[in-house]
Amino acid sequence: MKILVCISKAPDTTAKIAFKDNNTSFDENNVQYIVNPYDEWYALVRAIELTEQLKKGSITLITVGGADMDAIIRKAFAIGADNGVRIDAEPTDAYFVAEQIAAYAKENAFDIIFTGKETINFNGSAIGGMISEMLDMPYISMATKLDVNDTTATAECDIDGGTEVVECSFPFVISANKGMAEARIPNMRGIMAARTKELKVIPAIAAEKLTGVSSYALSQGRTTCKMIDAENAAGLIDLLHNEAKVI
Amino acid sequence: MSILVYTEISKGKIKKVSLEAVNYAAHIASATGSSTTAIIINPGDVNLDDLGKAGANKVLSVSNSNINTSDSQVMARVLNFAAEAENAQIVIFSHDYTAKAVAPRLAARMKAGFVPGAIDYPTTDGQFSVSKNVFSGKATANYQIFSSKKVISLLPNTFQVQTSGSPVASTSFDIPADLLNSRIKVKEVKRESNELSLPEAELVVSAGRGLKGPENWGMIEDLAKALGAATACSRPVSDLGWRPHHEHVGQTGLAIRPNLYIAVGISGAIQHLAGVNGSKTIVVINKDPEAPFFKSADYGIVGDAFEIVPKLIEAVKKFKASQN
Ligand SMILES: Cc1cc2nc3c(=O)[nH]c(=O)nc-3n(C[C@H](O)[C@H](O)[C@H](O)COP(=O)(O)OP(=O)(O)OC[C@H]3O[C@@H](n4cnc5c(N)ncnc54)[C@H](O)[C@@H]3O)c2cc1C
Ligand SMILES: Nc1ncnc2c1ncn2[C@@H]1O[C@H](COP(=O)(O)O)[C@@H](O)[C@H]1O
Repeated sequence: MKILVCISKAPDTTAKIAFKDNNTSFDENNVQYIVNPYDEWYALVRAIELTEQLKKGSITLITVGGADMDAIIRKAFAIGADNGVRIDAEPTDAYFVAEQIAAYAKENAFDIIFTGKETINFNGSAIGGMISEMLDMPYISMATKLDVNDTTATAECDIDGGTEVVECSFPFVISANKGMAEARIPNMRGIMAARTKELKVIPAIAAEKLTGVSSYALSQGRTTCKMIDAENAAGLIDLLHNEAKVI
Repeated sequence: MSILVYTEISKGKIKKVSLEAVNYAAHIASATGSSTTAIIINPGDVNLDDLGKAGANKVLSVSNSNINTSDSQVMARVLNFAAEAENAQIVIFSHDYTAKAVAPRLAARMKAGFVPGAIDYPTTDGQFSVSKNVFSGKATANYQIFSSKKVISLLPNTFQVQTSGSPVASTSFDIPADLLNSRIKVKEVKRESNELSLPEAELVVSAGRGLKGPENWGMIEDLAKALGAATACSRPVSDLGWRPHHEHVGQTGLAIRPNLYIAVGISGAIQHLAGVNGSKTIVVINKDPEAPFFKSADYGIVGDAFEIVPKLIEAVKKFKASQN
């Protein structure tokens, strides 16, 4: 069982969000990055559990990003995985990123390609679907469970208004949602081992960028909260009807 | 040239989010001098008039029980085939679970720039660009799409649905059988049949750990029922198994943007806010006046939920009765 896990980074959720260069780029000053939680907690941990269960297989981490991603990959190494690949390019467009990962996957024949459900900063939910199309593979989207035997995988996924259980043969791409595994905390051995695992840096292939952010804007916060006396709960209903006009 | 919109049926009706997507496509079509084609798969005998009323100039109705709609690979082929037949440069989805699986695949197949979760109409003069929420709703990003083909999914509840146009007769549309090979087998589908769908709901009543235990959710359900609202919860509540996992909103759960979000006994952690701060009006009920949620609310009541919620239920019932 050869497994590829796609890893991206995200700012720690408490990070202050600010922009620079006339609001055209994200200000990374003082921003702490973490491994995107869906990639680490669910995709990677489930990949590790599967290789543990089957007592065979290997896990490769892949990321498209600059040198700052090396530290993120090492963080993920501390949880597990055998080796890693960084494709050296700025990940500014989903199609471009997917082309990079698909090209690597084509040459290295993986049985399962994991992505997270989405990055928590851009919430694209796009990379997994794009990779699967480029590789002509089935795509199991938003999976909350995944079990495999030698020939087939069974997954439970979120769908509109419920859940669905699907079966699929290898190879396939899957996006991991909450529920697929329990987050693991790296132990000392993992942290030590992470330093020596092989992280290969390879150049990007030529690919087009089909989108790009031209500007950012901070969302407007709410003005002031109107407080209503607890004794006068009915007054709230009146305000919701006459002032906010939402009921 | 046309704009293709993917639409769906749920519970015997065209989904509200699909009508939003048709409205949205019709708006872009009128700005760019093109027309709107809605496609719907296996509508059965559901009345499709609303698609025309929402602005579709043409409705493609596909009836074929061999289409595995749970397989995004099949769906991307089907929609790509329709887009080519209609000479569509732009394809619109509602940003729901189906779109999350199908839209990026279709975008890759069409080599189209993709913007998931758009929150406004695109600018179409000169460069084509459209905005989406980023950084847990703390900011928006304006995305430019460079390619001539484009796929956009629209965040639900972004615009009010309008169905003031006139219906159009639907055209039956055939899909070649060789596009329908599927490698995904659906073993079981579980749907929460009677509930309002949370992403589509205009009113939402949500509760958190302040409620102490699952046995106390009766009053939350009663308040929701009185208002005609859907129910939601904070993450610890679904983690503890007090409420089903699909009710969990926030950064790691659903992102919703109803007209009204009532949060009862929820502290307002940033990860929770990430999923709800797009709501039009937010009401917070919390016994702690220092709860961070009040900073992100429009209306607040400081007090014990167990006293306030029953009073609210009475007030809503009275209000509803006065409206009749
Ligand atoms: C990476 C990450 C992702 C996360 N994702 C999410 C997410 O998607 N969604 C989410 O919700 N959380 C998420 N969390 C968790 C989040 O940080 C908070 O821990 C969580 O939202 C708190 O839930 P709560 O408000 O229900 O509980 P608490 O924080 O325990 O708050 C309970 C509140 O109830 C009030 N209360 C108590 N008794 C009463 C009463 N009788 N009447 C009225 N009020 C009362 C208290 O004053 C308190 O404010 C995430 C955390 C991390 C680290
Ligand atoms: N730059 C990247 N390199 C590798 N994988 C990525 C990258 N960006 C996103 N991914 C993967 O794709 C998933 C979905 O990302 P997104 O489509 O950006 O929301 C993430 O959870 C990652 O698993």
